Amino acid sequence: MLSILRTLWNIFLHAFQRRETVQYPEEKPYLPPRHKGRIILTRDPDGGERCVACYLCAVACPVACISLQATEDETGRRYPEFFRINFSRCIFCGYCEEACPTYAIQLTPDFEMAEYHRQNLVYEKEDLLMSGPGKRPGYNFWRVSGVKIGGKDKGEAENEAPPVDLHSLLP
Amino acid sequence: MNPIVKSLIILFLVIFIPLNVAAGLIWLERRLLALWQDRYGPNRVGPFGLLQVLADMIKIFFKEDWIPPFADKPVFVIAPAVIMVTVLMSYTVVPWAPGATVADMNIGLLFFLAMSSLGVYSIVLAGWASASKYSLLGGLRASAQMLSYEVFMGLSLMGTVLLAGSFRLSDIVAAQRHMWFVIPQFLGFILFLIAGLAETRRLPFDLPEAESELVAGFHSEYSGMKFGMFFVGEYLGVILISAMITVLFFGGWQGPWLPPIVWFVVKTLFFICLFILLRAALPRPRFDQLMSWGWKIMLPLALLNLLVTGAVVLAARP
Repeated sequence: MLSILRTLWNIFLHAFQRRETVQYPEEKPYLPPRHKGRIILTRDPDGGERCVACYLCAVACPVACISLQATEDETGRRYPEFFRINFSRCIFCGYCEEACPTYAIQLTPDFEMAEYHRQNLVYEKEDLLMSGPGKRPGYNFWRVSGVKIGGKDKGEAENEAPPVDLHSLLP
Repeated sequence: MNPIVKSLIILFLVIFIPLNVAAGLIWLERRLLALWQDRYGPNRVGPFGLLQVLADMIKIFFKEDWIPPFADKPVFVIAPAVIMVTVLMSYTVVPWAPGATVADMNIGLLFFLAMSSLGVYSIVLAGWASASKYSLLGGLRASAQMLSYEVFMGLSLMGTVLLAGSFRLSDIVAAQRHMWFVIPQFLGFILFLIAGLAETRRLPFDLPEAESELVAGFHSEYSGMKFGMFFVGEYLGVILISAMITVLFFGGWQGPWLPPIVWFVVKTLFFICLFILLRAALPRPRFDQLMSWGWKIMLPLALLNLLVTGAVVLAARP
């Protein structure tokens, strides 16, 4: 009996305590920068697309919501002809970000992607591509990789030694 | 004023106001429960979420009114009406203010007890007519619960009747001019509060519907406005029991400065909030615990209360 009264009193005292609810649309919760939300495609510091269309994200995706088609421009630089993410399937696991060798695909702390039509949840490349480098400022895959593209020959990348002339090694 | 017109106005108000307040209680209960659980509750529709009730009503009226093919159709339809009718009948005897009562019967208290006992037919018939196991279990529990709690509900009020010397509710209110009956009849008040909780099937005595065990108990098969009528019936019962506690133990409309009806509403509202607080705080007892409390503790206490009150009244008589 006493414990019942004490329970009643304790519950009553909760009337004067702070409410836990976050009034969401007016009051946004803090999301850490590494929150796994809407997926974006980032660009080099120079403004070029980072994605090299290697298909690793599409392979890593457990729900197969990424589809893309690789192509090359006239300088030999690979890029996706189209890049499509079906967000009605995406589970925001972040495996694509983990798999990406060029930091192109990244997850952002944004989750407000509600749509009235399911079709609108299929994002095309122009919807995904953003103007900046995202979470990896200053990184440029083509500048550090040894791959030869137009305007950058073998051995001209950062920290890359010039290629050894095999003939000079002959005895 | 013409007495017929006056009684018609009172009749209309007594039907109209409690029905609307019962709907409003859905909002009040959700807000208060949320307050005590550190949440907000409905606060989006209209100011303070007040229009939530309207939205709920519109929704429930447009729901499919489904009668299961295996149900006993006439009884299934009548059952929700029974609870509304019996509870509304009890409202006829409640003295809201001096002279403001539909029928100031000389057996008002007995009428209230009779009508509130009839309400259990609604639950049992609903459980029976649904022809589903969970509904039937709920109905059975309701009948057992009513049997054990109805007995000491009546007995707990007899002390008040002894003190007032009348079954007429306005006489009982008038007898509390100098002292509320809650002071000499504190035990009776506690017993009536518990019995009233069981009578309205509110938590912690909501065993007939016990969501965690019986799906939704007796109204598992109900939908749409039939379910809504059970719901409104429950809230009407809460208002009724609160009003009766006010009338029988807390001096009804009596109080200084404010007009009588305001006192009545304030006191009733306080007990409605108490009912909601009890729901927020207490867990549901096991069924055998409920029964053994009813028969082994509450009934002897009610008898003891009656005995002592009777002895004191007899001894004090000149």
